[in-house]
Amino acid sequence: MTDITKEALMPPRSFLSQDAIQVFYRLLAALLICAVLAVLSDSFLSLGNILNVLRQASLTFFIASGLTLVVLTAGLDLSVGANVALSACIAGTVIHKTGSPALGILTGLACGGLVGLLNGVMVTALRIPSFIATYGMLWVLNGLTYWYMAGETLHGFPAGFRQIGSGYLLGLPIPVYLLLVFLGIGTFFAQRTIWGQEIYAIGANPVAARLSGIPVARRLLLVYAVSGTMAGLASIIFLSRLNSAEADIGESLTLPAIAAVLIGGTSLFGGVGTVFGTFIGALILTLVLNGMNLLSVSANWQPLVTGIIVILAVWLDMKTRRRTQ
Amino acid sequence: MREAAVVSEPNPLQRIPGVAIVLVLLIALFSAIAPGFLSIANLSNVLVQSTILTMLALPMTLIIMTEGLDLSMGAVLTLTSLCVAIVSLATKSMLLGLGAGLLVGTAFGVANGWLVAILGIPPFVATLGTLGMAQGLSLIVSDGQSVVGIPHSVRDIYSATLLGIPVPIVMALVTYAAFHALLYHTRFGTYIFALGGNREALRYAGLSPNKLLIAVYAIGGAMAGIAGLLMTARMNSGHPTAGLGLEFDAIAAVAVGGTSFERGNGWLLGTLLGVLSVGVLRNGLNLISLPSSVQVASVGVLVIVALFLDGLRSRA
Repeated sequence: MTDITKEALMPPRSFLSQDAIQVFYRLLAALLICAVLAVLSDSFLSLGNILNVLRQASLTFFIASGLTLVVLTAGLDLSVGANVALSACIAGTVIHKTGSPALGILTGLACGGLVGLLNGVMVTALRIPSFIATYGMLWVLNGLTYWYMAGETLHGFPAGFRQIGSGYLLGLPIPVYLLLVFLGIGTFFAQRTIWGQEIYAIGANPVAARLSGIPVARRLLLVYAVSGTMAGLASIIFLSRLNSAEADIGESLTLPAIAAVLIGGTSLFGGVGTVFGTFIGALILTLVLNGMNLLSVSANWQPLVTGIIVILAVWLDMKTRRRTQ
Repeated sequence: MREAAVVSEPNPLQRIPGVAIVLVLLIALFSAIAPGFLSIANLSNVLVQSTILTMLALPMTLIIMTEGLDLSMGAVLTLTSLCVAIVSLATKSMLLGLGAGLLVGTAFGVANGWLVAILGIPPFVATLGTLGMAQGLSLIVSDGQSVVGIPHSVRDIYSATLLGIPVPIVMALVTYAAFHALLYHTRFGTYIFALGGNREALRYAGLSPNKLLIAVYAIGGAMAGIAGLLMTARMNSGHPTAGLGLEFDAIAAVAVGGTSFERGNGWLLGTLLGVLSVGVLRNGLNLISLPSSVQVASVGVLVIVALFLDGLRSRA
């Protein structure tokens, strides 16, 4: 059956788009988790804890929002966590050496973006499958970071710089403002710009995208570079919040970021998903991990739960899509 | 020639130069710049240290031949190594420890196969999820601590010799022989070629590709169980990060060995040479006192170069 006849046979379009319905379900899930946690734990609904959840979710979101664009093109970037570690260590060193946070922030962003660009080159010019190219990159970055740091810890940054990660403005943590800004930019870019729509088109059908004149290679380069730059941004937030950097900080960041993207309803097969969905995904994941923390479940359980969530999210996504098709 | 009929590219000899040249170049390089590299003691050290990787890289070859991937292998090995340590510590029996490792490893392998074959989840994401689960379980059963005080019967496996050959090497050779026989001289092996090359043909032949796929992943899990025993014996303890990144060395060995990620072509001898290349690279860099971080980065570069060349070949 061709798409045109399928279109003709379909019932009239409902008022809400498929994407909106998916996001709505996820918001409901997030609220449900909140309700359960509010019952189970006294401290969940405290202002301090809610702000804490938002701040934690923002870190996952920064990494996951760039990753969303990559997944929309049916790719994957497994190097984001290692990229955060390298960018944080390099940015930290620059701040220590020059005393200038601005310079450090720029270096962190540039380092992240450069790594992303290299990923893009491997995927487009060398035509290596994205998951394996970025997996190779993960270990190259890990090696570089450990070698560069040689077991040292960077510690102590200027108070002004630390405000980015730990400061408050009108009662809200500054990362939450950044989250809102990048949520807006990401949503606008993906839904309302031609480049964003081209990214969806590439993910839905790369051949059709190429034949209709979309510069596929250049858009892919852009997508991987954005993903890297967002990892660079996350590294700055991380650095300023923890006030220290070590070589191993990235190891626990990749799986949650991928989980956030997948919970958010972005399909691994490309072309379907939203940046806003990823925000809800990051929120749901953070709520679950925060809840475990409040119920004094050992942090050792977090990778197990995140792993199960990743698989469940993909499976549910595939099931619902199979049904709607 | 049964395999020639199934393999789309009938001349595997074409690939020999790639990985063999890499290995010879690496050996020549380190003979020149690393003092003591060519000594018998060091070379046998390289071989013994490559045994665990051999046991992971051979099943990884089969998995990659089915156009799959198993990112969980290192984490599953960590978990099975801990199981071996905990059970053998509790029961004082090496065999029960091995049994526990095999059981847990195979369970993870079956789970991977089930997620990939039945649920249809892309292999790299399914096994990334089980990686997290195995990592989490490792932390939970060990509480983040090393498991020490394991019985001699376990420890001796790594240091014992059989007819003058270290037992780990004997185990690796037996494993290689078994995989060679399985892939090239049994029907199951032919089906594995078909899983990557032509899954429809299997269906038309009345076979279940899903069951075969689960079996391939299960073999990977079981091998991680056996390798877990060697790892525990080698470290004389169970450690919650023992297998960290080993799946990457395994994938590197397979990629360098010339197994294609896209066409269902596999070459076991190439994987073995790939394992030795990775082993020589790490050992040589170690001898010239470069830290393990540099070794990791170089293996990463090795993989990317190998995949790039693989891509060139497939387009040629």
